[in-house]
Amino acid sequence: MNNKHEVVKLIDTTLCTACRGCQVACKQWNEMPGLRTKQWGSYQNPPDLQWNTWTLIRFQEHVNEKKEFNWLFRKDGCMHCTDAACVKVCPSGALHHTEFGTVGLNSSRCIGCKECVSACPFEVPRYSRETDKIYKCDLCYSRLRSDESPACVKSCLTGALSIGSKEQMLKKAYARAKKVGGDANVYGDKFVGGTHVLYVLQEKASVYDSLPRNPSVPFSLFVWKDMLKPLALLAAGGVLAGSFLHYILHGPKLPDEPGPNEPGKDEKGGE
Amino acid sequence: MTNHYIDMKNSDCILIMGSNAAEHHPMAFRWMLKAKEKGATLIHVDPRYTRTSARCDFHVPLRSGTDIAFLGGMINYILSNDKCFKEYVLNYTNASFIVGSGYKFEDGLFSGYDAEKRKYSKDTWVLEKESNGIPKRDMSLNDPRCVFQMLKTHYSRYTLDKVSSITGVTKENLLKVYEVFSATGVPDKAGTECYALGWCHHTTGSQIIRTMSIVQMLLGNMGIAGGGINAMRGEPNVQGSTDQAVLYNILPGYLKMPSASLESIEHYLEKYTPVSKDPHSANYYSNYPKFFVSFLMALFDDKATKENSFGYNWLPKLDDGKHYSTMHLFDKMYDGKVKGYFCVGADTANSTPNTRKVRKALENLDWLVGENIFNNETYEFWRGPGVDPKKIKTECFLLPAAATMEKAGSQSNSGRMIQWKYKAAEAPGDGLPVGEITIKIMKAVKELYAKEGGPNAEPILNLYWDYLDRNGHFDALKVSKRLNGVFLKDTVIEDKAKGTKIEFKKGQCVPGFGNLQLDGSTASGNWVHSGSFGADGENKMAKRGKDDSTGLGIFPNWAYVWPVNRRIMYNRASCDVNGKPWDPKRKILEWKDGKWVGDVPDGPWPPPALEGGKYPFIMQKDGVGSIFGPGMAEGPFPEHYEPLEGPLTKNPMSSQLINPAIEIFKSDLDKIARASEKYPYVCTTYSCTEHWCTGALTRWQAWLLEAMPEAYAEIGDLLAKEKGIRNGERIKVSSIRGSVKCVAMVTKRFKPFLIEGKTVHQVGLPFNYGWLFPKDNEDDTANFLTPTVGDANTFCPEYKAFMVNVEKL
Repeated sequence: MNNKHEVVKLIDTTLCTACRGCQVACKQWNEMPGLRTKQWGSYQNPPDLQWNTWTLIRFQEHVNEKKEFNWLFRKDGCMHCTDAACVKVCPSGALHHTEFGTVGLNSSRCIGCKECVSACPFEVPRYSRETDKIYKCDLCYSRLRSDESPACVKSCLTGALSIGSKEQMLKKAYARAKKVGGDANVYGDKFVGGTHVLYVLQEKASVYDSLPRNPSVPFSLFVWKDMLKPLALLAAGGVLAGSFLHYILHGPKLPDEPGPNEPGKDEKGGE
Repeated sequence: MTNHYIDMKNSDCILIMGSNAAEHHPMAFRWMLKAKEKGATLIHVDPRYTRTSARCDFHVPLRSGTDIAFLGGMINYILSNDKCFKEYVLNYTNASFIVGSGYKFEDGLFSGYDAEKRKYSKDTWVLEKESNGIPKRDMSLNDPRCVFQMLKTHYSRYTLDKVSSITGVTKENLLKVYEVFSATGVPDKAGTECYALGWCHHTTGSQIIRTMSIVQMLLGNMGIAGGGINAMRGEPNVQGSTDQAVLYNILPGYLKMPSASLESIEHYLEKYTPVSKDPHSANYYSNYPKFFVSFLMALFDDKATKENSFGYNWLPKLDDGKHYSTMHLFDKMYDGKVKGYFCVGADTANSTPNTRKVRKALENLDWLVGENIFNNETYEFWRGPGVDPKKIKTECFLLPAAATMEKAGSQSNSGRMIQWKYKAAEAPGDGLPVGEITIKIMKAVKELYAKEGGPNAEPILNLYWDYLDRNGHFDALKVSKRLNGVFLKDTVIEDKAKGTKIEFKKGQCVPGFGNLQLDGSTASGNWVHSGSFGADGENKMAKRGKDDSTGLGIFPNWAYVWPVNRRIMYNRASCDVNGKPWDPKRKILEWKDGKWVGDVPDGPWPPPALEGGKYPFIMQKDGVGSIFGPGMAEGPFPEHYEPLEGPLTKNPMSSQLINPAIEIFKSDLDKIARASEKYPYVCTTYSCTEHWCTGALTRWQAWLLEAMPEAYAEIGDLLAKEKGIRNGERIKVSSIRGSVKCVAMVTKRFKPFLIEGKTVHQVGLPFNYGWLFPKDNEDDTANFLTPTVGDANTFCPEYKAFMVNVEKL
């Protein structure tokens, strides 16, 4: 991996054994505490991303049209979009693009406005009441700068996680999807300007819980960011207006319909 | 393991049965996935669909405890469809040997059974010999008394219908596995099997493994790259514990523990030193006396002499016919016969079956000493649930131990690899390596004995334990050298074949077990470790060479593998009788220009067809693989018996419902509920990736506890519907021995089985939880449910098949 150029992390779900080494390694490197959770009838715990959980394996029992059973594992976390709604919406500059093309988070600048929480099409940024800040994966920016792979990639035993140049990873992803065959497909390069996290999905994207089929930057954001923000720079009231307009045009952010294995939104284990 | 972890990448077909490799041996599974990437088929046969199944080509569910029936059906399939690797079977196994006329098998029983003692006399389980003492053979394999024909008759009873009805596996699925796996019975294909506790934890555990050995010999998969039978051992260190004999029935290096009737060393050596008259059999165990005497020398050093039988009489002896496994220990403790207990690095109040009995037994102790890095449910039994501390008279001690990364030493992995590791940090507080604790306690005992005397004083006073360094701390290197072997006096070793004479000085390391001596001039604590040091003192366990000329992942200069750095056992069987590899693509060894080239061969002798040649299975008396295996407790051919507790009242194979050779424990807390309406569901216990064994080390770790926070039971969605249980609800799982409360995990990954025409549900739960921590729930160990019963050869408990009921709370 070469320093300081656009990088892409590839998540090959067809090689993942859901050992959750990545989930724990992430907490270790980022010094996030383990919180008390409840067993809610799933291997997926914490049940969802939360302020101390920037990546997690989603477990999903799936029966396809041919009545074949599959246990699907998907590592969830920040997709590091090129056209990143969170960066667009962040008023303080806490969320920003890095030299690697990833989306970094400067926590000291975060004002806890939660704009990014509603803007993100993948529902990645999570808010902590205690610190009044949002948290999410920064693809181990400190490690990338030292030419080390992210903690999750480093911990992966099976080769399901890898990182490299965008070109290299795209090639690898498409070759892999082709080799696996069937419904296997590449997810991530066709929207929001291309994500810096790619999936090789075993099944069609529509099969997976909590994975948007056509993620996009909300239209309201386009209006706000590209048309009204110049005004907002002139008048502080413009920010309020923009937020209000966002709410009027788009309404509150609603999650995708929960799948059978997805927890209720009230179960943010231990938050 | 016959092979090693990396070798799995060389396989064409990997049968994972009795193992949840992806969850419990994640690093090993990496190599299985590499094989899959190259086109190998991965098959998972397991009652439950797990994270392993998700990555295999297919998953085949079978009812817990029916593995012999499943594999017996495979033997029948191989034999009736002519799938054997004939040249291999003929030359390298005892298929052509003739079974003695006294041997019989009738209605589930072999000849020689004593129903009262539940024990066999093995007198009739013999192979016939010619007048010159060489085994009789019929190379046409047509003699009705030859092993091959006897095998065929025995397993012809394991028809698809019968096997399907016992195991609950559909005939379609049986055939799918049989076809794919037996396709490896050709010279250029390799199939391997990976098992773990899913096979060991049965009353028929050893025989399940034996059945697979027969399959692998019939297919010519033993001794080859990508083949073999691979016991997946992990952090609980089964490999290290068996190599070093942390078991009651063996001494280090798999030497036999003497029993009381073997009154002299001569008796003992005569009994355990095999004799073969076949010039083609290397019969390597004819060197047994050298290994044993060197072991005694390691214990007693200059106190051991030829005159005092090298201290043989100082060794403790087993009572004949008695066993001393953990279950026996707690049985006796429950009976009030055991007064003191050292519990080192274990949580037996959670890990031993029939917890109620175990915890009651602990109350009978006068004293208990724990050595561990964390407190656990065993050390705290006196204030456990339902125990009144005021009524417990046991004096308890907990000595803080150093964790693995806080000490130097060797670690063994399943591939028999011994790797040296270095200390990464100091142990906190008063923590000491358990080796140091043990030596210091023994030193105090010796001093007391020297001063006051006491029973059995000689072995204690004469024990040589000089393993502390200059600062009085445990010196792992000193121990390892002693295990490897050292010369106790200047010795000249002559090799007549090579015409060489080598002189070794007193104190030098023995460079391999071939140099161990019978006269007391060498001391070796564990002969299989001999060779882990060079004569110059080089610690080969610390080697880190990354070269691999074979390209097959052998890495001969990475650490040390016993025996003699051989990476694949029985590797001479990878070549034909002339020393030519069966498969040039998987060449680990070849006889070339008068010598073996490649991996370290099983002995220097030429291949069997050449002059002075020897058969490949050198540790077997006859030099060949044992399809007929008379060493087992329950018979020379494995037979299906039901678990101690099962859903059936009759064994579909015979009138013997359960393994006739297992010991039945009879205390008032050893209750059994077989085919009972009260306990209608088959149950199995296991672990999860996120916790380790009883969780005594991992429940304290917040990240791991967050990922798997509390006890749960996995229940098929159909059973859950029947019982009105919804996902995430609290339930009670009970056996006749006890019950546990936990969370229901309703899943499609458990499916009901059709057994003898009836629907049988199976459930399962992990044994990773306990009452001590975390404290905010009612969790306790799943071993309240399991019965005190074990395998007839090893006494490994039957954690994997028993009967329960499930109720909504």
